[in-house]
Amino acid sequence: MNTIKRTLGIIWLLLAFAAAYFCVFEFGLPKLFSDNQEDLVFGIIILFILTPLIVAGLGIFGYFAIKGEYDLEKM
Amino acid sequence: MSQNDTKGIWKVISASSMGTMIEWYDFYIFGSLAVVISTKFFPSDNPTAAFLSTLATFAAGFVVRPFGALFFGRLGDLIGRKYTFMATLLLMGCSTFLIGCIPSYETIGFFAPLLVLILRLLQGLALGGEYGGAATYVAEHAPVGQRGYWTSWIQTTATVGLLISLIVILVTKSLLSDEAFDVWGWRVPFWVSIVMVGVSYIIRKNMHESPVFSKAKKEGTISTNPLKESFGNRYNLKFVLLALFGATMGQGVVWYTGQFYAMSFMKTVMNVNSSQVDELLGIALLLGTPFFVVFGWLSDKIGRKYIMMGGMLLAILLYRPIYQKMYETVNLEQKNIVSVGRSTEINEAKKELHTITKNIYEDGTIVTKKTAASINDKTLKANMSSEITVNSSDKWLLVFLVFVQVLFVTMVYGPIAAFLVEMFPVQIRYTSMSLPYHVGNGIFGGLLPAIATYLVSNSKAKGQADFYLDGLWYPIIIAGICFVIGMIYIDNTKKSMD
Repeated sequence: MNTIKRTLGIIWLLLAFAAAYFCVFEFGLPKLFSDNQEDLVFGIIILFILTPLIVAGLGIFGYFAIKGEYDLEKM
Repeated sequence: MSQNDTKGIWKVISASSMGTMIEWYDFYIFGSLAVVISTKFFPSDNPTAAFLSTLATFAAGFVVRPFGALFFGRLGDLIGRKYTFMATLLLMGCSTFLIGCIPSYETIGFFAPLLVLILRLLQGLALGGEYGGAATYVAEHAPVGQRGYWTSWIQTTATVGLLISLIVILVTKSLLSDEAFDVWGWRVPFWVSIVMVGVSYIIRKNMHESPVFSKAKKEGTISTNPLKESFGNRYNLKFVLLALFGATMGQGVVWYTGQFYAMSFMKTVMNVNSSQVDELLGIALLLGTPFFVVFGWLSDKIGRKYIMMGGMLLAILLYRPIYQKMYETVNLEQKNIVSVGRSTEINEAKKELHTITKNIYEDGTIVTKKTAASINDKTLKANMSSEITVNSSDKWLLVFLVFVQVLFVTMVYGPIAAFLVEMFPVQIRYTSMSLPYHVGNGIFGGLLPAIATYLVSNSKAKGQADFYLDGLWYPIIIAGICFVIGMIYIDNTKKSMD
């Protein structure tokens, strides 16, 4: 189980990068340059709240997993 | 458990649940009265006011809650649970009452929307601090082996708060004329809050501090810097991240899909009559609410993990078939029209001719279409609206399908308070459990309606046949990732709270 946990850490890191791409280029920036004010607020929240949370949070989670922080004996 | 102990824990539950329920009530009435509030404070022809309106909706609902969790969580770990969740209760109650007292935009101009925004932000802060305090307070009073059962009562408050807000608004509307409600009656539900908060404050004031926290304080083992210990300490931070990505993130999207997206899907995608949607949602919520307690109780027997993950897995697998079935109830291509009725009326004030067409289908479904044409230029058709009143059997089918989604909500949400409080030590419990809860619910869950609507409109523009199901990809993907993380990384063994 510990090996699976550590290996999956790489997936979480990659997922953090993928989420960064989607949040910035698919959701965030198009909304930020929209004429609709509601879209603008949505874009700001996606870019400056959701993106850092997912990217940093999932990235650190993945890093901890790779380093064995979630191994059974450390829980 | 002796009779005195049972009586004592019920007192704790009542005091905590009532306060939390009121906070949800306060939070929801703003949303339920959004239309009338926007006409009083946020005139659409003023772009600045409209911008403040959007901020009030998004910022308080999503962004401010985690900050409230940090601010009040820290206080709760420093000075105690009791005083902190009394402060959040008062902050919420006073903000709500004051929203009901603000003069309209016509009277004080720009200050009206600005004051509403400030009070709405304070509401968000208070809500961010309340839940963690109530859940921790109850859990630290609950006997060993029954924490899931007792904390699940706190979990029912969000749903009950929503129901009570709808009832208070409905009663106020029924007692007043439409004109009176529009002029001043909409303020009544806000004023009612101060009475409820007063009662709850008195009850909470007479409660004792949590025994676990009191013991830690007496022994001098409480934290001096809960924020640093929660997020600066590698060992604790890994559990905060695990709570977020392995539990609350998925729970947040399942909760918002079952209670809010289902409603907006029926109203905007299926075009079902708004009152009928409120009614069938109300029935489904009433039927589903007891299951919060059932799954909380069950989590004491078989562990929290498998119930929460089971709820997420069912949601992932069944959301698309459920929404497909829901959409089929209003698929008019499979129904035969038996009669068409048409009536017209003139609106003198707007100089418009209104035409109402009513199509009745073989199975009892009614489609009402309204068009408005200028009297001066009858060829100009504008403001066309169409709504569907589903027949009795389809109505009960929809109740069942929403009820199933509420069941998923009760599975993921019922045990989560016990799960979170057991994850962290007493010194940093309030801070550490509040943040992942409010990020999961406020940010991941709160953004669901906006992201799902974006996905639906995007695939509709591309001409995809099942565009109406594409909004579900957001909760399915988020819950899917959360399910995998939760299943692999979360430990199902029972934990001590000391």
